[in-house]
Amino acid sequence: MSTEFSPNRSSARTRRWISEVGWKYPLAAVLIFYATFPLVYVLSASFNPQGSLSSSAALFSSLSGANYAALSDTSFWTWFLNTIIVAGASSIGAVLMGAAAAYAFSRFRFSGRRFSLTSLLIIQMFPQTIAFVAVFLLLLGLGEVIPALGINSKLALIAVYLGGALGANTFLMYGYFNSVPIEIDESAKIDGASHAQIFWRLIMPLVSPILAVVALLAFISAFGDFILAKIILTSEENWTLAVGMYQWVSNQLTSRWGLFAAGVVLAALPILILFLALQRYIVGGLTAGSVKN
Amino acid sequence: MADNSAGSHARSWNGSIGGFVVKLLLMAVINAVGIMAILSAYFANSWVILAALVVLLLAANYIYFARRALPLKYLYPGLVFLFVFQVFTMGYTAYVAFTNYGTGHAGSMQQAVDAALIQGERPVEGAGTYPLAVVRQGDQIGFAINDGGEVKVGTEDQPMAVIEGAEVTEDGPPTAVPDWEIVPRAELYQDQAFADQVLGLRVSMSEDADDGSVRTREGTRGTPYRSSLTWDEGSQTLTNTDTGVVYSATDRGNFAGDDGSILPTGWYVNVGFDNFSRAFTDGAMAKPLLQVTLWTFAFAILSVLISFGVGLGFAILFNDERIRGRKIIRTLLILPYAFPAFMSALLWRGMLNPEFGVINEWFFGGAGIGWLTSEWLARAAALFVNVWLSYPYWFLVCTGALQSLPGDVLEAATLDGAGRFQRFKSVVLPLLLVSTAPLAISSFAFSFNNFTIIYMLTEGGPFFPGNANRLGATDLLISAIYKISGVSGGVADYGLASALSIIVFIVIGAISAVAFRQTRKLEEF
Repeated sequence: MSTEFSPNRSSARTRRWISEVGWKYPLAAVLIFYATFPLVYVLSASFNPQGSLSSSAALFSSLSGANYAALSDTSFWTWFLNTIIVAGASSIGAVLMGAAAAYAFSRFRFSGRRFSLTSLLIIQMFPQTIAFVAVFLLLLGLGEVIPALGINSKLALIAVYLGGALGANTFLMYGYFNSVPIEIDESAKIDGASHAQIFWRLIMPLVSPILAVVALLAFISAFGDFILAKIILTSEENWTLAVGMYQWVSNQLTSRWGLFAAGVVLAALPILILFLALQRYIVGGLTAGSVKN
Repeated sequence: MADNSAGSHARSWNGSIGGFVVKLLLMAVINAVGIMAILSAYFANSWVILAALVVLLLAANYIYFARRALPLKYLYPGLVFLFVFQVFTMGYTAYVAFTNYGTGHAGSMQQAVDAALIQGERPVEGAGTYPLAVVRQGDQIGFAINDGGEVKVGTEDQPMAVIEGAEVTEDGPPTAVPDWEIVPRAELYQDQAFADQVLGLRVSMSEDADDGSVRTREGTRGTPYRSSLTWDEGSQTLTNTDTGVVYSATDRGNFAGDDGSILPTGWYVNVGFDNFSRAFTDGAMAKPLLQVTLWTFAFAILSVLISFGVGLGFAILFNDERIRGRKIIRTLLILPYAFPAFMSALLWRGMLNPEFGVINEWFFGGAGIGWLTSEWLARAAALFVNVWLSYPYWFLVCTGALQSLPGDVLEAATLDGAGRFQRFKSVVLPLLLVSTAPLAISSFAFSFNNFTIIYMLTEGGPFFPGNANRLGATDLLISAIYKISGVSGGVADYGLASALSIIVFIVIGAISAVAFRQTRKLEEF
């Protein structure tokens, strides 16, 4: 570091340091305040035993676990579990289907390959959510035949999310699969490995970083989806966190604030930690064109 | 095809046939489920779904058992979901956009006739009410009534007929009927599907239609009803036998009477470009929609510009190796992005509350500023929150881009005597814009459709006064579509909602086409 303090520094050097670097520290403090005060506030509100919006302005005036304990009297944990099921299943499905598709596009040369890639690129530009009216009507019809795929079914919601999986993830994975040298496949093939063995035992372990990124992005996007979850899951015991917590805030904003804050802390913490841990990979994925919900 | 080892299960490689067994088991499950679904589609008379299921199941069996279709073995599962839940729904949106599908036009003409006949039902005069029990014989259900001490049983196809040997109290419903099982009432409350079946059942009193058909509302009493409407299939008209009014089918999917009245239940028909022209010309609809459209563009463009500016500013500030603790600063600054977006929006909704919110409390000395209730403040708040949520994305992207700028170019600029600002304006910014433009375009498309933020923060409000669909000042097109569609209850207009979706599709498509050219992604294959 060139700005090491030393007892015999000249005042000119100090002035230069202040004008070029030093002023950035107070500014950083202001900006960090801007970025994080809502998060600090929600953490404080979650520990406020009075639990109302009006009483939560004083930061950390009291520390109590009352709101957290009260969550078990609500449907929060049901919604939490539903969210884990829906987001987990669609995340696993998205990884498997995306990886399989990327493997096919990366390793096989078949007629229609270029056309398929182009079509996929075009399709993925149209977010699924715009067609939500048609999704709703489709599920109404499907539900009459297969009730498990009708309105108010978590399975149906997972299936809808999986519909967007190929478009959203194939390109991200395709690029990564291409970076694995094809010689690895070829030598295994000479040793008598089948395409399935190459895929499952050779390629998948090699591409695990991108699998983790896609899994996390798919999980976050299902976790954060509101519009599809809201129109598909109609009964309270099937809601995800997004639908349930929206209901809390829109109906009883002031009285349920403590509960909401505690729920936010519990639900957001795992996501926050995963996101920061995988940050380096995610940024790579984001700059490759995907946008986090 | 370069690959020629298709289907060889290479038992020599680790010598395992486990994979083959797993495949067989999976296919067995898929076939079992598929055949069950096909059967239930058959019984529900859903021919389109039946055909789709047969095709998908046959294709699956061909792909996974034939040796040829190697790439499809890997693509098929994803493609099935893609086609059903994305490609089909897009196509279906386009189809619905040209119909008047919605409340009052929700089914086929036959369904509309059935509904009209039921709505026209009146109790048969002087017929009275009978104690009733719901009876069951296998899958078939029927009604057993106590007609003055005589027990009569009938079903949908069999008119009421006296049955001997039944047990009945004087004024109560039949308690035991030979060959029939009396369904306990509790079952009606527990099983909604069964309850609907019972409520929909009509049992004719006799061969004579004028005697009416027994229906029940609660499963303990039955009353003969007769529809005042009769359906003439030949002339496609409904006639009201009480008033003599004849209702005939119109090309708008309604039954219109010769006295000018219209029956409430219609069916959906193709209405051409009606929905589109209604969106632009219908007085009550066009003005709010125009405002919503303008705001949607403004919101998307400003969101991208401001977040980009803020993110770039932060990136330049802290992309300086002399600053200590850069990692910590960076991590803290991207926290809003790592936080689930819907929670942030809800959180801000509480913080911006005029009476109790901390924004007023902390920064405005307790002034009750109605951040989310005044039109322009709500728009500004929506933008502010969206920028808070998304600037870290640009901070990350720009930091990455700054670090990968070619050092020699910057050095050359310095040697040529360019000052710091000159260097930024003429070298850094242009290079940065080139590498981030495609991201800006997809970010625009994302903001354009950011339903979650708007709905969670303001629900589109403050609402335009007197607007039937509760459209408001911060509504984006997608949230306006949501409200108009009525998928969450209320009056549904799937036709108009789909037409607006098509317009959004076109906007996104046009923008993506520009992005397409820009990035020339296609040439990478």
